[in-house]
Amino acid sequence: MCRLSAITSSGYFSPMENILALETMKEGHDGSGLGIMMKDLGGEFEDLKEYPILSGICSETGFETVGKYMESHGFQVKHVWSPSITDVRGIQKRDYYFAKVYQYPESYLDKPMAEKEELLLRTRLALRKMGEADESIIVFSFYPDVLTLKEVGDPLELSRFFGLDNSPLKAKIIFAQGRQNTNYAINLYACHPFFIQGYASMTNGENTAFVPIREYLTSRGFPGYIGYNSDSEVFTHILHYLNRQLGFPLTYYKDVITPLKPEEIDMRGDREALALIKKSLRMLCIDGPNCVIGFIPDGTCFMVQDAKKLRPGVVGGVKGKYALMSEECGLDKAVPDRNRSDDIFPMKYEMVIVSPGAEEVKVWNELTG
Amino acid sequence: MERANGLDKNHQLSLKELPYIIRWRDDRCKRCGKCTAVCPVKAIEPTIKIQRFVSSEGPVPAPVASKRIIQVVEQVTDINRYCTGCGACTLVCPNEAIEPELNPQNKFLHFKNKSGDSYKRGGRRNDPSLSTLDRLKFTRISMLTDPALDAGRHEFRIRTLLGRNLPPEQLPLKIKDRKLVIQKDEIFVPPVREIYPIMIGSMSVGALSPPMWEGIAMGITYLNEVEGMPVVMCSGEGGMPPRLLKSRFLKYFILQIASGYFGWDEIIHALPDMIEDPCAIEIKYGQGAKPGDGGLLMSYKVLKLIAKIRGVPMYVDLASPPTHQTKYSIEEAVAKMIQSMSMAWGFRVPVFPKISGTKTARAVLNNLARNPYAAALSIDGEDGGTGAAYNVSLDKMGHPIASNIRDCYLDLVRQGKQNELPLIAAGGVGKRGNLAANAAALIMLGASAVSIGKYIMQAAADCFGDEYNRCNLCNTGRCPRGITTQDPKLYRRLDPDKVAERVVDVFKSADTELRKIFAPMGRSTELPIGMSDGLSINDKAMAERLQIDYAC
Repeated sequence: MCRLSAITSSGYFSPMENILALETMKEGHDGSGLGIMMKDLGGEFEDLKEYPILSGICSETGFETVGKYMESHGFQVKHVWSPSITDVRGIQKRDYYFAKVYQYPESYLDKPMAEKEELLLRTRLALRKMGEADESIIVFSFYPDVLTLKEVGDPLELSRFFGLDNSPLKAKIIFAQGRQNTNYAINLYACHPFFIQGYASMTNGENTAFVPIREYLTSRGFPGYIGYNSDSEVFTHILHYLNRQLGFPLTYYKDVITPLKPEEIDMRGDREALALIKKSLRMLCIDGPNCVIGFIPDGTCFMVQDAKKLRPGVVGGVKGKYALMSEECGLDKAVPDRNRSDDIFPMKYEMVIVSPGAEEVKVWNELTG
Repeated sequence: MERANGLDKNHQLSLKELPYIIRWRDDRCKRCGKCTAVCPVKAIEPTIKIQRFVSSEGPVPAPVASKRIIQVVEQVTDINRYCTGCGACTLVCPNEAIEPELNPQNKFLHFKNKSGDSYKRGGRRNDPSLSTLDRLKFTRISMLTDPALDAGRHEFRIRTLLGRNLPPEQLPLKIKDRKLVIQKDEIFVPPVREIYPIMIGSMSVGALSPPMWEGIAMGITYLNEVEGMPVVMCSGEGGMPPRLLKSRFLKYFILQIASGYFGWDEIIHALPDMIEDPCAIEIKYGQGAKPGDGGLLMSYKVLKLIAKIRGVPMYVDLASPPTHQTKYSIEEAVAKMIQSMSMAWGFRVPVFPKISGTKTARAVLNNLARNPYAAALSIDGEDGGTGAAYNVSLDKMGHPIASNIRDCYLDLVRQGKQNELPLIAAGGVGKRGNLAANAAALIMLGASAVSIGKYIMQAAADCFGDEYNRCNLCNTGRCPRGITTQDPKLYRRLDPDKVAERVVDVFKSADTELRKIFAPMGRSTELPIGMSDGLSINDKAMAERLQIDYAC
């Protein structure tokens, strides 16, 4: 089963911390992929926070196509970052790994963020479509202050491949997934974490309700709800749909994906609204043994899981640095100097929420609301 | 001189023309007469024959012929008294001396049209072949990638929603202190019931005998109040006993209104005294067993009780027209009627139409999808049963439910309304006894719930009927089991308590089987509506048509 390693901190830290944590959880991933997503970037990106970053992988021709497309649509390159690649046996090197920082087209400079987000999404989807058939362009995210790296291989070896052990690349929130390929062919678009308009999540567990959820999301009429090379991508899109599109507070994510029974809903102060959303969003009940770790645009991180998840994830840390891990050993590696008795294994009704800047951790209980 | 046809019986049918031939064993029969008394169609009769005996006495053969009179049980060849194969004779015979045997060579339909009167019967389509539903298999099994659930110990919640669910964007919600709260009176929120996904479909008081209807009603009440399973049943067209209308049990019933409006005078008059709302109202526009045809309760079934409940005189044929006579278009037939019925209960009760399976189901569906008051669409496939219909309608008309429901569900998906308008599937569910498997398959093709009728008659009251045209006498009022008759001499055979017990058995066992299906798929919280990746079929064309996997 995939291993998940998320760290949120008040200070910048290296993604190596996530990767070393993944290494301790190695029996659970099989080297079929690593995904790293960084938010609130430091280092050379620290002064570029308002500019969107296009993260992806291209062949030579794809790289040119991206350049031409972006230029023709008014995006101006502000900064380019590329990992310093070291050849590692067993990892097949592709032509270009990049994170390009762009200035918005002039006509968008004064537009509200929602419109900019729409443009960024539209652009990412257009690039994805252009390069999908021949895999010449693979784009993971296009959003301010978010950088994504993905490749097939063992996480630790990939960190050497990308030169992360010697890189000044840092961020305050970093999510990493060590993938265990299960049902589907190895495809970089199937590698977690998934991202859409400031929302990201990664998951482990089999998503049994994948098909009805996918059909529900794709029929919402929102262009970003596509892909689904992994059944776990729907968890990110549900989060986006509920929090951004419908405007529901974050805790309702738990209420929708793992709904209460009617008699339990009656115990809640917001029972009337809850009863309605349970019915209206019935198709988004995940009903499967999944642990979801995610972040939302304001930097809040969370962990939530279905009652059927037999091995719960764990959250622990100290003020200013919390880790959300699929296994306890990963947490030990990421934040060794903590009071282990304060570690939280979220149970059936619980949602662990770490506030932005890793200020505090709260356990929200679905029964009491 | 005797006429030639009297001598050679040339214009009489032979037994070979009949669908069932009685095998009677002289050596076992003790001539008690029970079989001939019980036969609902008088296909057998006691008679006498003159038999020639040759006997010989003494040490030297000295054959002597003599004649004697013997009593026999004989099958008649009158087409109006054909043996239906019900087997009531076998049931009552103390010595296993008699049983009907299916005659596959029969030419029954060639002759069952005397006086130009086409063959009418009850039951369902006489096609014993494997239905699509029975060919569907559940092939997605969680195992090592994630553990399957323990059907016996894990907590399952097998429920569905009957009623229109508003899309989340339309919910009257606002945020207050980081909580969602309702904005009162902002928008009409349609009523939605949480029910068990297998319901008992429309079979009327009148079509069913009093103990049968009562037995089912008691069974579902027990399931609701003791077992905590919210199983509901539909009244069928013909109203309900007034005392029940005014009782707290009304909430377990879906009231049906059909083109004859039978029973609705009583229902409307009972409205002010109702202490509970019914579960829902079903408007019947069509029936899978006899698409495009109306209902008919034969005069001999219209006895005192039925006449009172339906508000009609006794002993008259009660024909429901094929269409609702006061309506002229889909807008009128559907929209106006749904609104009228909704209004009668203050918009607190879901109102939905039932149609027969048809190629045009999607047109109806799309109309309903745009109607904010439509609570669901029930589609009754070609294998649905009936109390009375022309054989041609039963056997040759209608649409299989599997592809009909799948098309409709996928149409809703294209519109993003798959959670707004529940689809109810019926027609052949449990035809071969696989109630839970057929129900689960339809749910995974996109149905929110299924309805059963014939199955419950067979399972709860031992209905003899099957797909080899066995019995199927429902229309005649001479049901040998006492299920579809108003004749007290027949229906006193049926013990309503035993029917109720069997209804409970059926649902409890189906519940266990549904868990056995859902558990290995890892589903326990919500019904796997539209989880088509869990299904496969061993026929490529069917797989393609249903947009599911082919597995062999």
